[in-house]
Amino acid sequence: MTEDLIRVENLTMHFPLQKGFMANLFTREKKFVRAVDGVSFAIRKGEVLGLVGESGSGKTTTGRLILRLLKQTSGEVFYRSKSITAYSSGEMECLREKMQVIFQDPYASLSPRMSIGDAISHPLRIHGVADGTKARELTLAMMEKVGLSPASFLYRKYPHQVSGGQRQRVVIARALVTNPDFVVADEPIAMADVSVRSMILELMVKLKEEFDLTYLFITHDLATCKYICDHLAIMYLGKIVEIGPLQEIFRNPVHPYTATLLDAVPVPDPKFRRTHPMPKGEIPSPINPPSGCSFHPRCAYAEPACSLTVPELVDVGMEHRVACPVKAR
Amino acid sequence: MNPGDTILSIQDLHVEFPINIGTVRAVQGVSLELKMGEVMGLVGESGCGKSTLGFSILRLLRPPGRISGGKILYRDRDIAAMDRRELLALRGSKIAMIFQDPLTSLNPLYSIGDHFVETLKTHEKGLGRKDALVLAERMLESLGIAKDRLHEYPHQMSGGMRQRIMIGLALIMNPDLLIADEPTTALDVIVEAQFLDLLNDLKNRFNLTIILITHNLGNVAQLADRITVMYGGAIAEVAPAGSLFHDPLHPYTRGLLASIPNIRLDQPKLMTMPGSPPDLVDPPAGCVFHPRCPHTMDICRKERPPIAARNGHLVNCWLYKERP
Amino acid sequence: MNYSMARGLARPIRFFAGMGRKYGVEWWILCVGALIIIAILAMAFFSPFIAPFDPYRQDAGPQLAAPGGPYLMGTDNLQRDVWSRIVFGSQTILRVSVLAAVISSFFGILLGLISGYAGGAVDRSLSLVMDAVYVFPGLILAIALAAMFGPGVLNITFAVAVIYIPTYFRLVRGQTLAIKQELYVEAARAIGAGSFTILGKYIFPNVIATTVVVFTLNVADAIMIEAALTYLGLGLPPSIVDWGMDLAMGKKYLPSGVWWLVTFPGMMISLLALGFTMLGEGLAEILNPRLLER
Repeated sequence: MTEDLIRVENLTMHFPLQKGFMANLFTREKKFVRAVDGVSFAIRKGEVLGLVGESGSGKTTTGRLILRLLKQTSGEVFYRSKSITAYSSGEMECLREKMQVIFQDPYASLSPRMSIGDAISHPLRIHGVADGTKARELTLAMMEKVGLSPASFLYRKYPHQVSGGQRQRVVIARALVTNPDFVVADEPIAMADVSVRSMILELMVKLKEEFDLTYLFITHDLATCKYICDHLAIMYLGKIVEIGPLQEIFRNPVHPYTATLLDAVPVPDPKFRRTHPMPKGEIPSPINPPSGCSFHPRCAYAEPACSLTVPELVDVGMEHRVACPVKAR
Repeated sequence: MNPGDTILSIQDLHVEFPINIGTVRAVQGVSLELKMGEVMGLVGESGCGKSTLGFSILRLLRPPGRISGGKILYRDRDIAAMDRRELLALRGSKIAMIFQDPLTSLNPLYSIGDHFVETLKTHEKGLGRKDALVLAERMLESLGIAKDRLHEYPHQMSGGMRQRIMIGLALIMNPDLLIADEPTTALDVIVEAQFLDLLNDLKNRFNLTIILITHNLGNVAQLADRITVMYGGAIAEVAPAGSLFHDPLHPYTRGLLASIPNIRLDQPKLMTMPGSPPDLVDPPAGCVFHPRCPHTMDICRKERPPIAARNGHLVNCWLYKERP
Repeated sequence: MNYSMARGLARPIRFFAGMGRKYGVEWWILCVGALIIIAILAMAFFSPFIAPFDPYRQDAGPQLAAPGGPYLMGTDNLQRDVWSRIVFGSQTILRVSVLAAVISSFFGILLGLISGYAGGAVDRSLSLVMDAVYVFPGLILAIALAAMFGPGVLNITFAVAVIYIPTYFRLVRGQTLAIKQELYVEAARAIGAGSFTILGKYIFPNVIATTVVVFTLNVADAIMIEAALTYLGLGLPPSIVDWGMDLAMGKKYLPSGVWWLVTFPGMMISLLALGFTMLGEGLAEILNPRLLER
């Protein structure tokens, strides 16, 4: 049985709202942005879990919490069944050799004053994997693998001197150069040109096979998920509303929000024009989420109980769990 | 004018940006006919010239950008040659435009009502503030927004609502033509879908012709009647929506469609197009797509392809034209 | 000039012309500034070969002779050749102002980086100290420090250096605070880099461009302060050749029509300061990171 590579239990992140000096004097209650509110899931080795949500869902924050780039308000993170929640910064720094990240904006995630070769080889030096000429060799090999060719020519170039697609390749190379187990990809194609996106996706699939990687793929685009993910977790206002194998959820979306999301995805084919209207309303503020089930004000199936109790994830078969007492019956 | 008549005719338009490293040829000889009542999707990647084309219709190009050739005929008047007075009367009242980021398109210091009043008073000099606000209220109603939000300020509204205000401002003078430049790029998926529904609804109610500029092929599939695909500053293909998606002719269109994840299809592999978009300062000779094309012929490297008509499509490709 | 000489000159000429076209007038300002500095630097390095007389020699010529003949800039009241004193004086002023700028920048940048990155109590206390020093009018503080430290080249250098530390501190702290939020710093943390590595390899290289410009302008300012201090009689013993001191000394003879004791030192001070200012302004345009973006 494949073990859980990553497990998250009741992860919570409440950002305190900064208020002005006077406001702080006069109000006693503190306001929080409930970015992540009690999230639990596990990712097995070799899986690609898609973490899907719109803005305010908490998906990006969850990614950062798993990598411990942010300190959580409460909850635990396990890597290979060991709790890493209480790791010191020194221990965490060592662990980063095995847990890596690909950010959304390749231009912003590379230092403008560092050459491509230096940027990619830096993790090698940090973790003592290689130094000097050996580091350079490994870097050049990695660059060829991700399609940065000719490697020796591009080694000395700076981020602003190469194209957007190449920059994203650099970021991917940097993430994989220390041979990690687990990679968090935070909207890796959102800022790329349309014709470059397929290249990045294909590259990620190829490298997953080659390096035996496990991905947490954070995105708002279900179409991309369908291509690369095998499991899905749908988030809404800081909570997971549905989680399970991707094919299962696509075949049978139980939670009303999931169904709406699937319906809303624009299909590049006029044959599949949406004929029925979208539900009204927009995502509420994560500072003041609705009581009970956060989706109830927009839900066509809401019952009186929905505004009172926060729903738990319930098993509906085939490892498919849903947080909706109405629809999961 | 009747539906089906040509409302906008762009003829051999050239737009360039002379900058210090050279001249960027953003739009190179684009010709397009827009029929009244249709939704024309203008698609392409960043740098293909679609937004530049959209901006040049209303001569909203930022300097040093300028129209260096061609005509833009709106009901037989050439916008490119209009004097300033005529142009200002045209903008916002006959042809309107909405932009990508509603937060920066609205003035944070003015209330929503103020925005409407300003637009109305600019085009109808004698209109008083009270009357203008009444018209604004009616517009908000058709957008599904509560009337009392006229007193609010842009930062108090959500992204989707701001974008709806933008449409309201654009349509308040009942224009013929609406140009929408990437209107949903900054919106969430569900809000995006709501917005497209709204656009469709408004199109029918206000008898609009719409140019929808976007890089999202899913959106144009949802809304457009005809689609124009642009690449490297030139048109690659123009076709009715169904026909474009099911029988794409231009190699770029084919490559593009095959590289997009489609939630309704089983796609074992996504096609990747080698190379990257062309340098517009020094574009490739001949067909601008030839360095990345799997079907490049000798003539593609030397001469720009003429427009060929095939199966109801207009294609800019040597594959479809008999060699001279 | 034969063919190969012309060929050899062609490349540098093309380089200069190319830069000029690319950056416009700022490039030429930079060149002029650099030229001035190089000339005066040469003056300082090759003083014994350029100066016709020993600057200390008190019988070089007649007393208070006007410029002309063997005395390019005339002589002073102690019968010393003014031109020779100008030549040797360049050493002092350059030494003090450049060294002061180096010391300032070293401490200012280091403390700014630490303060900006660490935040919290460290940041607040350092900022408080720096703000206190910054708020003091520079010249007055320099005078106070010079008086406190006593005479000597090194003392005057330190006095001048202290005034500028807050300038670098504030600049670097501000930039560090901004860069700390950038995605590439978070990315650096994500690959496992420790705080010192992040400061040294990710933050510092992105901060240094603006500090170079501040450095050159700093030297220009330090020149003026140094001259002012020595003019006021603080800091340097009479055994050192210095433009500011000579200017102070020559002031007495102005009413009698002896203009060359004041004009030439004054002109040199201004010229050197101008040179560094022009270099700084020119560099500001060239090093502007926005130009590096595509």
